[in-house]
Amino acid sequence: MRVNKPEDFYKNVSEALAQPDLKMIIRRTTDKAETKRAEAVANFPEFENARTQGQKVKDHTIKYMDHYLAEFEKNALAQGTIVHWASTGEEASKIVLDICRQHKAKKVTRSKSMLGEEIGLTHAFDNSEMERIETDLAEHIIQLAGDPPSHIVWPAMHRSREDVVKLFREFHADPTYSEEITDLVRSARRDLRNKFLTSDIGISGSNFLLADSGSSCTVTNEGNAELTITPPKVHIVTAGIEKLVPSMAHAVPLLRLLTRSATGAEITQYNTFHNGPKRPNDADGPEECHIVLVDNGRTKMLAEGMEAMLRCIRCGACMNHCVVYKHIGGHAYGSVYPGPMGSVLTPHLDSLEVANKQTHACTMNGRCEEVCPVNIPLPTLLRSLRAQSWDKKYEPLTNRFVVQSFAIMAKRPKLFQLLSSSGVIFMKVFSRKGWIKYMPFTSGWTRNRDLIEPESTTFMHQYKKIKNEKMKKAKKGGA
Amino acid sequence: MSQKISNAGRTPSNTIECLNISEKKVGLFVTCLVNTMRPSIGFASITLLEQAGCTVEVPELQSCCGQPAFNSGDDEGTRQIAYQTIKQFENFDYVVLPSGSCAAMIKKNFIEVFKDQPEWLARAKHLADITHELLSFLVDVCQFEPNGIELDGSYTYHDSCSGYRALHVYEQPRKMLSTVKGLEHKPLNNHSECCGFGGTFCVKYSDISNEIVGEKVENVLATEADYLLGGDMGCLMNIAGKLNREGHKEITALHTAEVLAGLAPQILGGKDAS
Repeated sequence: MRVNKPEDFYKNVSEALAQPDLKMIIRRTTDKAETKRAEAVANFPEFENARTQGQKVKDHTIKYMDHYLAEFEKNALAQGTIVHWASTGEEASKIVLDICRQHKAKKVTRSKSMLGEEIGLTHAFDNSEMERIETDLAEHIIQLAGDPPSHIVWPAMHRSREDVVKLFREFHADPTYSEEITDLVRSARRDLRNKFLTSDIGISGSNFLLADSGSSCTVTNEGNAELTITPPKVHIVTAGIEKLVPSMAHAVPLLRLLTRSATGAEITQYNTFHNGPKRPNDADGPEECHIVLVDNGRTKMLAEGMEAMLRCIRCGACMNHCVVYKHIGGHAYGSVYPGPMGSVLTPHLDSLEVANKQTHACTMNGRCEEVCPVNIPLPTLLRSLRAQSWDKKYEPLTNRFVVQSFAIMAKRPKLFQLLSSSGVIFMKVFSRKGWIKYMPFTSGWTRNRDLIEPESTTFMHQYKKIKNEKMKKAKKGGA
Repeated sequence: MSQKISNAGRTPSNTIECLNISEKKVGLFVTCLVNTMRPSIGFASITLLEQAGCTVEVPELQSCCGQPAFNSGDDEGTRQIAYQTIKQFENFDYVVLPSGSCAAMIKKNFIEVFKDQPEWLARAKHLADITHELLSFLVDVCQFEPNGIELDGSYTYHDSCSGYRALHVYEQPRKMLSTVKGLEHKPLNNHSECCGFGGTFCVKYSDISNEIVGEKVENVLATEADYLLGGDMGCLMNIAGKLNREGHKEITALHTAEVLAGLAPQILGGKDAS
C-alpha cells in the first residue's frame, strides 16, 4: 500500500491536482452529500436545538471524562467485557494482536473504524501471520485496491464505479459481469458472506460508548458490524475515549445529528448497542468480549485547550463542504483524517512539525464550522495551530519574511502609505490594457490569474488632494 | 490618548448628537486593497455614507486590518497593527469598511489576540461594537435606499465568505441593488462557496486556489450576466483576474458600492477608453 505522508503535503497536493478525474469523482459524492444534508436539516426544524444539545452532551462528558471512564469500565466489567487501556496507537494495536494470537486466530474480520486506521491496526495485521478481512463495502474496495481511505465516511470515495468493476472482476471468486450497482453489491456480498461465517475474531469500532451500561454502539448501513461481531467467538472493540457519553438518552440526539450530517439520512439501517459477551440464554453472540480504550493524544488535546475537537462525532460534513478537500481529495493530507477536522487532529496524533502545512490549506471561509453538528470552531482551531506553528518557527522562512515585513510596514501607517504609493507606481510599469500578466515577486498570483491594474494613485493620495483643495477654497471664501 | 472605551463614557451632549441621524460621525477604513488597487470603491463609500446622512472622515494614519499576520498565526504582529487601528478609530460613532473580510477581522478577531490584555481587550471590544461592513451598515443602521441610480444590464452576486457567514451580509446588497433601474439579478450557482481567495492562501496554495476560482468562474459565466458584483475587493480581484486570464471580457467585476454610488458608467467608460 502506498501511503502519503503528512510532511509531503506540497508534493501530495501537486499529485492530486494532476489526476484528471479526481475532482469529478469527489464531486459526485460531496455534491450529493451536501444536497442531502441540507434537505435533512431543513426537514428537522429542531436541528439547531439538537446541535446545541449535542455540543453540551459532549462538553459535559469531556469535562468529567475521568468519572465517566471509571463508570464505563465498572459497567463493562459487570457485563463480562474485558477492558484494556492503551495510551498510544502502537500499544492499542499490540493489545488487539495479542488477543488474536492468544486465540490462535487465522482470520480476522473487521468492520470499518477510523480509529483502527489511526492506531495502525490494518498495517499491523498485514505484517502478521493473520488474514485481515474488511467487511464494510468501501473498506473492502480499498483493501482490494491497496489504497488507504480517503474519507472518513466513504473511504473509497476516490474510486469510480468503473474502478470497482475492474477490482471485483479481478479479485472476486465469482464476479459479476454486470456494471449495475446492485449486481456489484451482490458480488461483494457473495465474496464476504463465507468470510463472515468462518472468521475467528470480529473487530469493530464504536460510535458511542455508554457509561451507564458499558455498551458500545455501532452505526452502519450494511449490517456488516453485526455480522462481524456475532458469528466469531471473540469480539474486540477499539474506541477512542472521546466516544463516551453518559447514557443512551445522551447518545440519541448525537445519533440524530450524526446520520443527518454524514449522509442526510434520518437514521441508518443498523444502529446496534453491543453489550458484552453472550449470556447463558442468548442464541448467539461472542463468547468473549474485549474493549480497548485508546487515548493516543486525546488527553493531551484536553490539556492543550483543544477540547472542542474532542466533540467530533466523525460525520465528515466538514470535508464534504470544504472547497480545498473537494479539489485535492483525502489522500493529499497524508493522514487517516483528512479535511478540516483532520487538519486539526493530525498535528495532535502525529506532530505539528510534520502536519503544519495542512493547517494553512484553508481559506478560512467558515463553511466547515457552519455545518458541524457539534459546533466545533474548526477555523479558529486551525488558526490557533498556525499561531503555535508560528511561535515554533515551523513556517517556511520566505513566508515568515513576507508576513513579518508586511506587519512591520502595517504598524507604521506613514511608511505603509508611502510604500503603497510606490507599489502603485511599480505595478503601473507592468500594466498593459488594464491588466498585469506578470510582475516580479507576485508569481503566486500571476501564475494563475491576471492582476487588475491599479488606478493612477492611491486612495489616500487622491483623498488628501481633494481635501486640500476644499480647504483652500474654504479659506478663499472666508477671506 | 482617549480614555473613552465604551458608550457609557459619553457626555450627554454627545449622546444627543448621536441620536440625531444627520450627525453620525463615521470613520472610513478604506482597506489596503481599495487604497492601492481601487480607490473608486473608497470614494463610492464616502458618497453613499454622505447620502445616508453620515459625516465621513478618513483617518490618514490607517494601514491594514492585520489579516495577513493574523491568518499566518503571527499574533504579536497582529497586535502591533491592531494597536494603531484601535487608536485611530475608537473615537468615532461608527467605523465602516467596504469589505466584509476586513470588517470581520476587526469585529471578530481583534478580540482573539487581546485575550490576555484586559485594557486593550476592552478597547478592542468597543471597536468591534462600532465597526460595520459598508453595505450592511447602509441598510441596517442607516435604513438607506439609493435613489435615481440607473444601470442597464444584468448582474450576478458573489457573497464573500466573511461577509456572508461571519457578518450575515446577504439581503442588504440585494435589497439596495433592486432599486437600480435597468439592472436585473441573475442568481449564481453555489453563491456562498468560497472563490479560493482566502488572503495569503491564494499565493501560498496558488494551484489549489486556481482550481477553486476556476470553478467559480464557470458558475459566474453560466449566469450570462453583464456584471459580477460583490462586497470584497479580494474576491473580486481573484475572480476578475481569473476571468481575464481565460480571456473572458464579456463580464465586468464591480464593487457593489461603485454601482450604488452611480460610478459604474464612469468606470466602464474609462475601461472602454483604454
